[in-house]
Amino acid sequence: MKLDFSGLESTAPLFGASSNLFNGFSTAPSFEIPNTAAFDDFQKEAIQMVKPAKGTTTLAFIFKEGVMVAADSRASMGGYISSQSVKKIIEINPYMLGTMAGGAADCQFWHRNLGIKCRLHELANKRRISVAGASKLLANILYSYRGMGLSVGTMIAGWDETGPGLYYVDSEGGRLKGTRFSVGSGSPYAYGVLDNGYHFDMSVDEAAELARRSIYHATFRDGASGGVASVYYVGPNGWKKLSGDDVGELHYMYYPVAPTIVEQEMAEVSGV
Amino acid sequence: MARYDRAITVFSPDGHLFQVEYALEAVRKGNAAVGVRGTDTIVLGVEKKSTAKLQDSRSVRKIVSLDDHIALACAGLKADARVLINRARIECQSHRLTVEDPVTVEYITRYIAGLQQKYTQSGGVRPFGLSTLIVGFDPYTGVPSLYQTDPSGTFSAWKANATGRNSNSMREFLEKNYKETSGQETVKLAIRALLEVVESGGKNIEVAVMTKEHGLQQLEEAEIDAVVAEIEAEKAAAEAAKKAPPKET
Repeated sequence: MKLDFSGLESTAPLFGASSNLFNGFSTAPSFEIPNTAAFDDFQKEAIQMVKPAKGTTTLAFIFKEGVMVAADSRASMGGYISSQSVKKIIEINPYMLGTMAGGAADCQFWHRNLGIKCRLHELANKRRISVAGASKLLANILYSYRGMGLSVGTMIAGWDETGPGLYYVDSEGGRLKGTRFSVGSGSPYAYGVLDNGYHFDMSVDEAAELARRSIYHATFRDGASGGVASVYYVGPNGWKKLSGDDVGELHYMYYPVAPTIVEQEMAEVSGV
Repeated sequence: MARYDRAITVFSPDGHLFQVEYALEAVRKGNAAVGVRGTDTIVLGVEKKSTAKLQDSRSVRKIVSLDDHIALACAGLKADARVLINRARIECQSHRLTVEDPVTVEYITRYIAGLQQKYTQSGGVRPFGLSTLIVGFDPYTGVPSLYQTDPSGTFSAWKANATGRNSNSMREFLEKNYKETSGQETVKLAIRALLEVVESGGKNIEVAVMTKEHGLQQLEEAEIDAVVAEIEAEKAAAEAAKKAPPKET
């Protein structure tokens, strides 16, 4: 299987690497034809085999002041909660964030690889890469592995020369530019709250509160989401982590327990 | 020294790569080319050897565009130029596709120079026999740039430069007469430099002007003739003034 490690290779030309001179295009990644009769279906089966149902809730949206990015922190293996403290917002570089949904290893590795490519671009061209360019690099890599079982559903959020940028990139090779995205098993619930409360002219605090509440509501209803709701803000000077609140505590903050009349009387009687 | 100029991967004992130096000779025999950078205009001028009567002069364009905002002129082996220009054009589009941004002048110059260098460090190939002058505007900041590459693969930015035949005289002229210009003044400066080494007349020079708004525009023969006439008139007036000083007292 020929995989695309172009991001990890050194750029020094090797003696005898003359194939590059004569066609100007590097050979496309390819893999051996598999030993199966059903050429049209085997890819689907492979994907079904490795398709973890992206158990997570992540969201990001663009508003007047920049981009707000939020995610939960639960990792699940089937019905077992394997961790409540996973970092699902990955810091690609000081002005770009990526979110993790799908295979944790896939997301972490390819986001770090993207960080390498962005840095190399900066060094070679003496200017930062745009969010559009960075998301395109990631999307091209994921497309070259299409059908091989990668599971990545990510959003690339950042601030570049043209202002705030937000792209959704997935392991099917899709790449979408947009202003509001939510990815993961909890995304329907998050969308409900997000779409309801969204205004372009929000302040940073209002936007952070909306993001936090959307994640909280998703974790309330979706079993595969939970843990800590992290909220990051991306502005003209880069990203900043705004908050990381345990969703259990958020629940009692939004829905505080009001003592019923009977309980109140009992408390008074016992002289408290 | 004859033993050290066959396969170019071999250094000579005194540190020369002879094939690269011979390529520079080929450049020195090529037609003259000049580039001048102004504040808002960049001008490329190339000497045109007289075209044969039956030849269609439009098919021998010597100043070409690599993208909407980048143009190139070269001196040396024209066949090599065609190959290099095609690769550069592909790279311009490939860059637009992968990072959704047009190339900067520095990027494409670096690519072309890198390509020229690759052919000086491989077995069985010879270097490209041409030096290029690459001009363009930065797609975001709008700053104009002029770069030159040569067969060894080095490149650098210039305010004004010349390559090809008699490039030394042209460069000397530019060094003496260069100042920050804009618009038509830049065109005049470029043509004046070319006229130092080329017979005067619109049919012996090809000139192209690049501006941010209008991109690359090839000047018609008539327009070139008009500028040449202006330049000659200015020269004549300067000569007359030199001969007439006693009257001023």
